[in-house]
Amino acid sequence: MIDLVSLSFLAETEPKEFLTGLSSLGAGIGYGAAAIGPGIGIGIVVGNAITAMARQPEASGMVRTTMFLGIAFTEALALIGFVVFILLKCS
Amino acid sequence: MTNTLAALEFPPIGDLVEWEGLLLKGTPFEVNKVVILMWLSAIIVFALFWIGGRSAKLVPTGVQTIVESGVEFVRKDIILQTIGPEGMAWTPFLTTLFFFIFFCNIWEVVPGIQFPVNARMALPFFMAMLVWVLYNYVGIKSQGFGKYFKSVIIPPGVPKMLLPLVALIEFISTFFVRPFSLMVRLFANMLAGHLLLVTFAVLTSALFTKTVLAVILPLPFAMLVLLTGFEILVAVLQAFIFTILTAVYIGGAMHPEH
Repeated sequence: MIDLVSLSFLAETEPKEFLTGLSSLGAGIGYGAAAIGPGIGIGIVVGNAITAMARQPEASGMVRTTMFLGIAFTEALALIGFVVFILLKCS
Repeated sequence: MTNTLAALEFPPIGDLVEWEGLLLKGTPFEVNKVVILMWLSAIIVFALFWIGGRSAKLVPTGVQTIVESGVEFVRKDIILQTIGPEGMAWTPFLTTLFFFIFFCNIWEVVPGIQFPVNARMALPFFMAMLVWVLYNYVGIKSQGFGKYFKSVIIPPGVPKMLLPLVALIEFISTFFVRPFSLMVRLFANMLAGHLLLVTFAVLTSALFTKTVLAVILPLPFAMLVLLTGFEILVAVLQAFIFTILTAVYIGGAMHPEH
């Protein structure tokens, strides 16, 4: 039974195991946090692109190209978060 | 029930992306599955265009149709939209880049192979470095070193007070962040897709039991099928994005913003 109040279980845990656990925790929280901004950003980009396409269907080719460019730049941040996750989990 | 769930062991990521060497073991030139797939992709691209262009007819048939629509796509949707009509000289390079990245990525969903070459850092790194050298070379050649450098670090219409800060940011973003993000975008997308497919494949195989758990087996299996389709889309999209960003960088180096 783990005594959460006194945190005495920390003394019994190996320091290395403890660090591994902490890095896993950091990896999970870090990736989750890194996905928030790009998620909102891609939503804004695609939503506005759809509005533009609906207003001017003849310009949809140009809008689509620019939309993919915008997505690519926004998504890069989430992917850097993913790489950090992999680095923390695997090293 | 707990036993079945406890048997679900996700393999460590090293096992998923590292392959044993097949030739020249222990040397820096070790050849493994990834390298062979890369060679295969290069051969496929070469063969496709060679067969397509060997006896070009006015009315294209067979392979020539695929090749011509590919070249047409690169010209119309990538070069004309980003560099403009004077960028047509870049058609061979960008077409090769697009098809090579696409064939490297599509191994991810080929049954029995199922590993995208770009899920290892080496090839995206090399291609990003190639693009970095290219657009700097184009910029220096078309504008001269001083003018190119000035147009990179001093964007037009910036207040004098902010200039040092903006110049620093522009310098870092053009010369360091661009190749890095180009590399990481391709690499991380393919690695994430590979891990996603592995996750659902592991789940499906773990639920392939005779117990009552088999009831929820269709769920991960349906996800696996759907995600395979999604990964085909990602393979095309990442090849497109890498190529169009290359075109944007080259175009930006050719004519500076006024």
